Amino acid sequence: MRSVWALAAMAALSVLTASTTTLAGEPKQGGTLRMYHRDSPANASILEGATYSVNVPFMGVFNNLVIYDQHIAQNSPETLRPELAESWSWGNDNKKLTFKLRQGVKWHDGKPFTSADVKCTFDLLMGKSQQKLRQNPRKAWYNEVNEITTSGDFEVSFDLKRPQPSLLAMLASGYTPIYPCHVSPADMRTHPVGTGPFKFVEFKANESIKLTRNPDYWKKGLPYLDGIEYTIITNRSTAILAFVAGKFDMTFPTHITIPLLKDIKSQAPNATCVVEPTNVSTNIIVNSTSAPFDNIDIRRAVALALDRKAFVDILFEGQADIGGTMLPPPQGIWGMPKDKLETIPGYGRDVNANREEAKKLMQKAGYGPDKHLAVKVSTRNLAEYRDPAVILIDQLKSIYIDGELDVVETANWFPKVARKDYMLGLNLTGNSVDDPDQSFYENYSCGSERNYTNYCNKEIEKLFDVQSQETDASKRKPLVWDIDKKLQEDVARPIIFHARAGTCWQPYVKGITIMSNSSYNGFRYEDAWLDK
Amino acid sequence: MFAYLVRRLFLMLVTLFGISVVIFVLLRIVPGNIVDILFAAAGYVDPADKANLEKELGIDQPLIVQYWHWISGFLHGDFGYSYVSEKPALQEILPRIPITAKLAGLALLFSASIGIPLGVISAVKQGTRLDYALRVVSLSGLSLPSFWLGLLILTASVAMFGQMPIFNPNPKTWLEAFATYAVPAAAVGFRSAALTMRITRSSMLEVLRQDYIRTARAKGASDAAVNYHHALKNAILPVITVIGIEAAFLIGGLIVTETVFNIPGVARFLVEAIRWRDYPIVQNLVMLIAVVVVSANFIVDMLYAVFDPRIRYTD
Repeated sequence: MRSVWALAAMAALSVLTASTTTLAGEPKQGGTLRMYHRDSPANASILEGATYSVNVPFMGVFNNLVIYDQHIAQNSPETLRPELAESWSWGNDNKKLTFKLRQGVKWHDGKPFTSADVKCTFDLLMGKSQQKLRQNPRKAWYNEVNEITTSGDFEVSFDLKRPQPSLLAMLASGYTPIYPCHVSPADMRTHPVGTGPFKFVEFKANESIKLTRNPDYWKKGLPYLDGIEYTIITNRSTAILAFVAGKFDMTFPTHITIPLLKDIKSQAPNATCVVEPTNVSTNIIVNSTSAPFDNIDIRRAVALALDRKAFVDILFEGQADIGGTMLPPPQGIWGMPKDKLETIPGYGRDVNANREEAKKLMQKAGYGPDKHLAVKVSTRNLAEYRDPAVILIDQLKSIYIDGELDVVETANWFPKVARKDYMLGLNLTGNSVDDPDQSFYENYSCGSERNYTNYCNKEIEKLFDVQSQETDASKRKPLVWDIDKKLQEDVARPIIFHARAGTCWQPYVKGITIMSNSSYNGFRYEDAWLDK
Repeated sequence: MFAYLVRRLFLMLVTLFGISVVIFVLLRIVPGNIVDILFAAAGYVDPADKANLEKELGIDQPLIVQYWHWISGFLHGDFGYSYVSEKPALQEILPRIPITAKLAGLALLFSASIGIPLGVISAVKQGTRLDYALRVVSLSGLSLPSFWLGLLILTASVAMFGQMPIFNPNPKTWLEAFATYAVPAAAVGFRSAALTMRITRSSMLEVLRQDYIRTARAKGASDAAVNYHHALKNAILPVITVIGIEAAFLIGGLIVTETVFNIPGVARFLVEAIRWRDYPIVQNLVMLIAVVVVSANFIVDMLYAVFDPRIRYTD
């Protein structure tokens, strides 16, 4: 009899356990995700945007040809997933990339999606179409694309000038949604139409952005949410207090600084918070076209004077990463391993020894304890720029450089940098995909619009092309490391650190993954859901 | 009277013309325009794209042409389109005006309803502990910046009640709607209330020492009758003047309060528009405010002339 009771109890327990697991793990339909937005984006057009303030709210309106798996934090070639493309294949010479497109997909206005839309999108991006984007910040991504050709309604090919495996990475970025042919770029700025899980409802500047569920989404049963509402709150303190008070289900992604994260954890202990790298590097731009920084010795001295760990400890309580141009491992795929990194001048652990070397270089250039070099350290009038600039000025004192902070309003920052009206600048560089092609060509190739320091090394440019064409990732990595090392040795744009930031959400919010090597690609939210 | 009216009207038009020129010129003196900001945010400049955008927005035209386009449009009620949202400027401005008006009105109400009674009490109880306490409160009100007070209120609300009194665009009840405005109005109105209280107190003290007050007391009038009927009635004039001046200064306090409490009013919107160098919004909004202020002054001048004949004869 006792065994019968025991069996019954065990059976009951197992049923209960199973049902609990099902209830806790099975996504629920419905509810509106409420999130605050850190600022009011200029418009709703992702293709024209250059900040994740546009990607976060509007990525859910669209689909890409391919996308990074939204539930694997680290974006990599292995996490590429088909989206509007059902499959893709490279031609034998790796110069033709063909996509088979999904059938039966409809735009939010009911019109069918076809290969013509893909061609329109990339012709627009390459500047080949009649219609023009007001701004086209990523035109250079498609420099190696000859043309886009369609074969019927559901096949499209990218014909390349040379092999470029990284093209897929860029197509998977949140910055590369497919736009409809039949909607003008101007309309896409104010009322975007996509094929994605959420339809655009309204965007009130400085107030709110509202999306609603797309009931005809081609992924049956998705999205789970009825909608997403972003309330624009530019004051960070107000926004965080509102999250703590339960007015929002989630903070704006990677908006929480490390010190603020502690406040949230103490005031909302049940909130789930994660800290991830943003793939935004803080770096120094040096005007090497005029004295005194036309002298390579002084540029090298600046690089040697950096105590990177001090920056990380002061600003991030130790939670940021030291690396070269590419985001360091383990989150970064292409960053140099630590042992290689430490062989670069200025990256060694003995800061005092580095600074002694820097002093010698300064003395060689004619400066010393009795003759300091006075410089203006220019930077944007934003906390994430100003704070490290102040630390930089302090560190430069140790090598006879007296820095003076020159704070520049955002509107004037880029024109000032472009006309070389600065000596030393503190700059932030964001990478939308963790990929060497995006970073190297954009920031270091001769003549690139974003190569602020006009660094130009034809030899290294050839190496850019070599790594770019290498299809085997294991062979490509050492090439990338060598380039990165050379860029740091040349003081092209000394990297100080790679930032990390936090994101928090209430415990009932499920299905959220914060990407660990990009801040631009993880906001589709089609399978996010609310367990309440 | 007709000549006076014509002269005043002419003066008003000249003032408005001057204001329009000042707004237009000041905006152009500030470095950078919307195109610079858009490209600064993107971190690159394509000269061809930049030129196209400047042409599209009309900011490549000579300044005199730009001024003429704006002012002739303004006079015809055509405010143009916001450079940022690409929506009609009027459509962007109008819905925000009532929000700020309600907030400003409540703040002034708060200022008067708190400041005047407390000022009277402080004056009547001069030299007592209550008077000292009220003076400390009024000094605090003058010293605390409204943005700091706003943040303090928000933090305290969350810590003590788990509630956050930020703007609710869709209040379900009248009470909710009132609460949406009342807390920020109190934050911004606290300073005005403190000032009102101090002015009321000093004005009351002066009046309470007048002979006619002593006479009223000698005739057996109650304290309440003396204080409120005889004294306050005569002490209130400088208070009203101060409240009037405060109303004009309120816009400065509202900018930060609207930001802290996330209220989508016209003050915060104006600051954002200036940040983006959104000329159609800034020019038209400031001009609208100028028209309202200048018109109000014109009406007051006319009323003075109606009530005081000396003005129209001597002017």
